[in-house]
Amino acid sequence: MKVPESWLRDWVDPALDTEALGHELTMLGHEVDGIERQGAGLDGVVIAEVLDVRAHPDADRLSVCTVSAGSSDPVVVVCGAPNVKQGMKAALAVPGVELPNGVKLRRAKIRGVESNGMLCSAVELGLGEESDGILVLPADATTGMALARYLELPDAVFDLNLTPNRGDCFSVLGIARDVAALTGATLANARGTSVPPQIGDVHPVELPVPEGCPVFAGRVVRGIDPAARSPLWMVERLRRAGHRPIHPVVDVTNYVMLELGQPLHAYDYARIKGTLRPRLANAGESLVLLDGKRIELRADTTVVTDASGVIGLAGIMGGLSTAVSDATTDVYFEAAWWPPAAMAGQARGYGLHTDASLRFERGVDPTGQGRAVERATQLLLGIAGGRPGPLDVTSHTAHLPDRNPILLRRDRIGQLLGVEIDATTAHGILERLGFDAMLTDEGWLVRPPPHRFDIAIEADLIEEVARIYGYDRIPERTGRAELPLAAATETQVTTGAAAMLLVAREYREVITYSFVGAEDDAAISGAPSTLVLTNPISSEMAVMRSSLWSGMLRACAGNLSRQQDRVRLFEIGRSYHGAPDAPFEILRIGGLLAGPALPEQWGAREQAVDFFDIKSDVSALLALGRAAQGAIYLPAEHPALQPGQSASITIDGREVGVLGKLHPRVAHYFDIRRPVFLFELDHDAALAAQLPAAEGISRFPVIRRDIAVLVREEVTAEALVGAIRETAREQVRAVRIFDVYRGPGVEAGLKSVAIGLILQETSRTLTDDDADAAQAAAVEKLRQEFAAVLRD
Amino acid sequence: MQSLDELLEAAAAKAAAAGDLASLDAVRIRYLGKKGELTACLKSLGELPVAERPAAGQAINRAKQALQSSINARREALEAQQLDARLASDSIDVTLAGRGLGVGGRHPVSRTTARIEEIFRGAGFGVRSGPEIEDEFHNFTALNIPENHPARAMHDTFYFPGGMLLRTHTSPVQIRSIAAEGVPIRIIAPGRVYRCDSDQTHTPMFHQVEGLVIDEGVSFAHLKAVLHQFVEAFFERNAELRFRPSYFPFTEPSAEVDVRWGADGWLEILGCGMVHPNVLESAGIDAERYTGYAFGIGIERLAMLRYGVSDLRTFFENDLRFLEQFG
Repeated sequence: MKVPESWLRDWVDPALDTEALGHELTMLGHEVDGIERQGAGLDGVVIAEVLDVRAHPDADRLSVCTVSAGSSDPVVVVCGAPNVKQGMKAALAVPGVELPNGVKLRRAKIRGVESNGMLCSAVELGLGEESDGILVLPADATTGMALARYLELPDAVFDLNLTPNRGDCFSVLGIARDVAALTGATLANARGTSVPPQIGDVHPVELPVPEGCPVFAGRVVRGIDPAARSPLWMVERLRRAGHRPIHPVVDVTNYVMLELGQPLHAYDYARIKGTLRPRLANAGESLVLLDGKRIELRADTTVVTDASGVIGLAGIMGGLSTAVSDATTDVYFEAAWWPPAAMAGQARGYGLHTDASLRFERGVDPTGQGRAVERATQLLLGIAGGRPGPLDVTSHTAHLPDRNPILLRRDRIGQLLGVEIDATTAHGILERLGFDAMLTDEGWLVRPPPHRFDIAIEADLIEEVARIYGYDRIPERTGRAELPLAAATETQVTTGAAAMLLVAREYREVITYSFVGAEDDAAISGAPSTLVLTNPISSEMAVMRSSLWSGMLRACAGNLSRQQDRVRLFEIGRSYHGAPDAPFEILRIGGLLAGPALPEQWGAREQAVDFFDIKSDVSALLALGRAAQGAIYLPAEHPALQPGQSASITIDGREVGVLGKLHPRVAHYFDIRRPVFLFELDHDAALAAQLPAAEGISRFPVIRRDIAVLVREEVTAEALVGAIRETAREQVRAVRIFDVYRGPGVEAGLKSVAIGLILQETSRTLTDDDADAAQAAAVEKLRQEFAAVLRD
Repeated sequence: MQSLDELLEAAAAKAAAAGDLASLDAVRIRYLGKKGELTACLKSLGELPVAERPAAGQAINRAKQALQSSINARREALEAQQLDARLASDSIDVTLAGRGLGVGGRHPVSRTTARIEEIFRGAGFGVRSGPEIEDEFHNFTALNIPENHPARAMHDTFYFPGGMLLRTHTSPVQIRSIAAEGVPIRIIAPGRVYRCDSDQTHTPMFHQVEGLVIDEGVSFAHLKAVLHQFVEAFFERNAELRFRPSYFPFTEPSAEVDVRWGADGWLEILGCGMVHPNVLESAGIDAERYTGYAFGIGIERLAMLRYGVSDLRTFFENDLRFLEQFG
């Protein structure tokens, strides 16, 4: 909310300059987002009377005006504004003055006539965003007075970031109350004055649903001048508070709302038909709002009705049928109290957000309706005349909020805040805030004032005491705590350790969005997403990712398009699965390689990454938890991977991840024109660690036997090694494939696999006979299982 | 016949002058070999009177030893020369780059998160996590944000059909951790959070770290101390903090915390407060006996300040030229 300093100081005027006042507002919890200085640079602009207006001899649209700025002799200025009139008061800038818009005035001849100054528009003075002519000052403005002084300028506007619990602060009065409580400065009389009725008209009001509308204040004002215009001082205040002038009656209601926090609605009285009855809307009813929009009403919405039906959306916006217009002469002011509970969510439900709904949702003082109508009447009479009827307040006090006293214990203040605040200080704070605090043995029984909707429990009161006492006066105390040591698992590799391993292997971590485009996700998973956002921010962020790859591929494509030829990425994050009402999340590690395996360097020839580069990284990750030995890689189908270059990874019968080459079709979809290799692991399953179990080191020598066998292409390395391991578990320490050969000498469809058997016993030295037997057993096993032929 | 001394002198001179190991060996053979000249002296001892033989024998042996050490010294020198020459021909350009892979790096947000975790772990905080797809109860209701509360609207929540949502803050982990562990409790919970908001200063996904301490006798003064110490630990310098009253439905009193930042004045870095009694009571905790504090820190905000990143959005653009600046 924007609060002009001059307006605030009408209500409370502490001995603080603008900066200091801004600081105190922030420290009260009303954060000052900015202080906008207004009306600076008006030095030398004075109020002048236009004594004479003549047509310019040489230009149709210009006039030659003689103006008086009081003491000195009248001056002649040339003016191009259509609204300049003899006898008016206007703002005169004389040569030498630099206006807020940067224009520096000089004596000049305009089409042959010397002009000794300029009559200024609101825009030129920095007092408005649009203007159709020069600024018209009221007739009673003092000629010769500095314009700035007349308009209470310069002024500062505090742009306050109010918290939603303080509905009472959405007004000058509300802010002034807090400032008064903090500084001890006197608050101006908040009760206001009453305007005596001149006519007897009272419009009938019925409250059939008192819980939805416990208070309804109204007043008839007849015979206002429809030609009246809002005075400059009011327009100026509204402008500084961020409101444009609309119509004197509307301006008055806005002014009172900004000042007192009570939203009002003004009806064209001639257009109200019969008794006003606020009630719940009926299904099927509709309303054309002030702004011309038609809405279909929900049955939980409170509306204002007359004999014609619904004429207003309670506490949100009035209806078009009873709106004031330039022809309005009789006005009906409504100031009701719509309870926060009934207003909650209503405006949003219609896609609306108004100054009135903002305040009613957060809570408006339920005792302030009469005061607001009095103030509006007083202002309107001063602007447009008219004869007021009596103030008419209909209320059902039983439906006003309970104000049960809350116990505030002296001791509890110190316990919660960690600082001793003496009882007198605390009591004084409560009273300055308008709380009714009754002393008891333990502390106080406190009744909050009617404008406060945020005080329900003791902690709320303690916050109030702390807020005014000053958070900055609460000391810092380092806590003492019992810190039992927590269990430390050794059976799970930490995320940080996995990340550092990938970093050491030249992977760079990315963080991609958890939501991705529906097509992107389907391109990876091969199936439509199950978790679609109801209100996505864009179609590229519409579904929850079922794999990290979609975001990583977008990141890869982006970097490739930015001339990066080598992309090595990893991400540790969740993938999202299941139905929208039973979702589950899996923490995953994803990796991506594209481009040369090594950075360009003198000592190694360039080679593109391939499957075995990324497999090596995956194996290293698994080895962190010592799971690499038991991990089984099997050829697998994956919607995003190229068949024949993709594998699943299984540990203890459970699939923990996949790796492989991105399918060219998917690469094309992501606009990637080079081979990409990917892996994705379930973090917890893949990084589950086996506790090391030490065993003795064999003292006996190792014997190595190498064999080469011819097998069919489809026989996997994993199968060959597994088969050999089965032949002599206690002797075979390791089986290593050290060459795979295809080509001359090997029939097409076959491959030659060279295998090293590393043999060792733990209890004795192996003999050559033992080794021969182990080798023969291995060859025989391969022959039986795979029809393998031993090569010479 | 030359005197023994002359012989030794000539031999030593020849050894010293030997230009390579072969010529040095020739010197050795000439004087010390089976048919060498010094060896021959020994053989001719028999020609001397018996009484002179021991002294002459000793003199010859001394000469042999002296020559042997001269030869040895020369051999070592020649060998060293030879090694030096070989090594000289084996020298490389040590300024050429090392072979193999380079090194990657962690994302600045992860780096910052790890740093925050390290600091709080040091003070006995456990690190917890919770689901990102949350229910209304944990994200709002249990945190004292009832339906239609204005604060709900301010959270710009992403929803799924049926009412589940993306958590708007890490605070639901408070509720889940209290339920799982009870009190006393001393935890932080970093993670992704989501708000339906995207512009220059907002991304629809960002990271927070939640903090929660509940115990007997915990006060606002403790909260002030822990956050001040954290900020100083994180930025590795003295810091001036400003606690100003604010509003969060799940804390009372509540505060926002600014840090004095150069010429810009104050920068908001986190929100905090004393855990609201309604939150404690809905978790079944005796709010009379236990009090606690909670805080929520924007991780990107800290990373931006720490590393001088000016645009929040760059964190999620994953441009390698940006990421490479972080190690």
